[in-house]
Amino acid sequence: MIRACAEKELPPGESIRVVADVPIAVFNVDGELFAIDDTCSHQDASLSEGWLEGCFVECPLHAALFDLRTGIPTCLPAKKPVRTYPVVVTDGVIHVDTTGREAAA
Amino acid sequence: MRTVTVVGASLAGLRSVEQLRAQGYDGRVIVIGEESHRPYDRPPLSKAFLLGTSSAEDLALIDPADENDLDARWHLGVRAERLDTGTGRISLSDGTEIATDAVVVATGGRPRTLPGRGDLDGVHTLRTIEDASALRAELTEGASRVVVVGAGWIGAEVASTCHGLGLPVTIVEAMRAPLAAVLGADMAAVCTALHADHGVALRSGIGVRGFTSVSHHGRRRVTGVELADGTTIPADVVVVGVGMRPVTEWLTGSGIDVDNGVLCDAGCVTSVPRVVAVGDVARYRNHDGTLVRHEHWTNAAEQPATAIRNLLAGATIERYRPSEYVWSDQYGVRLQFAGNTRDADGIKVLDGSPDDRKFVAAYHRGGETIGVMAMNSAKLFTRVRRQLATPAVS
Repeated sequence: MIRACAEKELPPGESIRVVADVPIAVFNVDGELFAIDDTCSHQDASLSEGWLEGCFVECPLHAALFDLRTGIPTCLPAKKPVRTYPVVVTDGVIHVDTTGREAAA
Repeated sequence: MRTVTVVGASLAGLRSVEQLRAQGYDGRVIVIGEESHRPYDRPPLSKAFLLGTSSAEDLALIDPADENDLDARWHLGVRAERLDTGTGRISLSDGTEIATDAVVVATGGRPRTLPGRGDLDGVHTLRTIEDASALRAELTEGASRVVVVGAGWIGAEVASTCHGLGLPVTIVEAMRAPLAAVLGADMAAVCTALHADHGVALRSGIGVRGFTSVSHHGRRRVTGVELADGTTIPADVVVVGVGMRPVTEWLTGSGIDVDNGVLCDAGCVTSVPRVVAVGDVARYRNHDGTLVRHEHWTNAAEQPATAIRNLLAGATIERYRPSEYVWSDQYGVRLQFAGNTRDADGIKVLDGSPDDRKFVAAYHRGGETIGVMAMNSAKLFTRVRRQLATPAVS
């Protein structure tokens, strides 16, 4: 589990970049939290800086659109998905569960 | 229409094939590409690929599954040499003739060179993956002094990459204030200051007269760049980034109007029915009535949707609306531009500071925000970009 931030630091419509071995982006979509790989699967860009629209984030570099629920890109130029992670809130603190990734590695 | 031939197999050509299929065209698609490669992405050639952090495989724009889905016939490593619009035949450099009902011109451009370049070893231009591989080989095999001619995007990125490889670089630029015509003097100065930030010398306002060279294994090899004031800058490797010429020679005699590109109406349709043009080669009628040609990735990616719609409709039913989005990575700084940064009557920094190389600036005209530029501020850049005023059609 990686600590992201306090719950109140991530209001609806906002995103945050979590520094980890592989950086992770956490989004608040109208109160629902999503975590995905921060680096776009197309080219080097931080998705936490992307444009949030519903459950999708648009890459700030080339406008590839990713579904935050699945990590799957819905338009070019990205073609590969980004990983998604479970998000857990404990005592007002947001954590990202990266055990799935570690198990797969 | 039973056969559409796309001439050019880079980004604009590939997106054209994809648009044909996405818009329901189920006839035959033929693609002709002068390079022997499947479509690949060019922007990393001056950055990650040249630096060595991305490979040729990373650049591929399609995989075998995509290729299968697109169901096109690829003629790669051959050049289109002639188009006869009367008979609908395209002659290829290998002697083949292709019969087609419609043509998408996506032939892009070739780098401009300098007079007196001859075929000197050590003097490079950068457009293809072969160009980038050849340049990288020299940069990583003992070159110690690099001169970049031209301080535009490619020159600036190559200089930045050479700096990243630990090589001393000098940039020579004929214009006194490079980029100023596009970005305004102040913002252009912020961009060119990135070089000085990293100890890369930029000599602007001076032209290149020629090259000095020595005999080397029976060939001539560059030793320096001669400037208009008579001085010479020593160089083991020279990279010339002074723009490109659209590839249109093959259309001579076709009846298609050509003038610094393939002339098109507002919907990328040429003077000949069933021939459209896209990407770097297309010079189309802009919303303000002028003819414009864009030489960047976003345009090559976006233009085909409109061109193919009009091709399949047999008429110009849609006008092209460029987003005019450009990005560049230099010295670890991400630069982004969108909209019209040429015709502003005022520029205002909205956030951050140009001195910190982290800021967003808005370009205004008559009270409207018409363009935006940013360094290392992707999030706010996108917000402003989405609010840009759309130009009125005249």
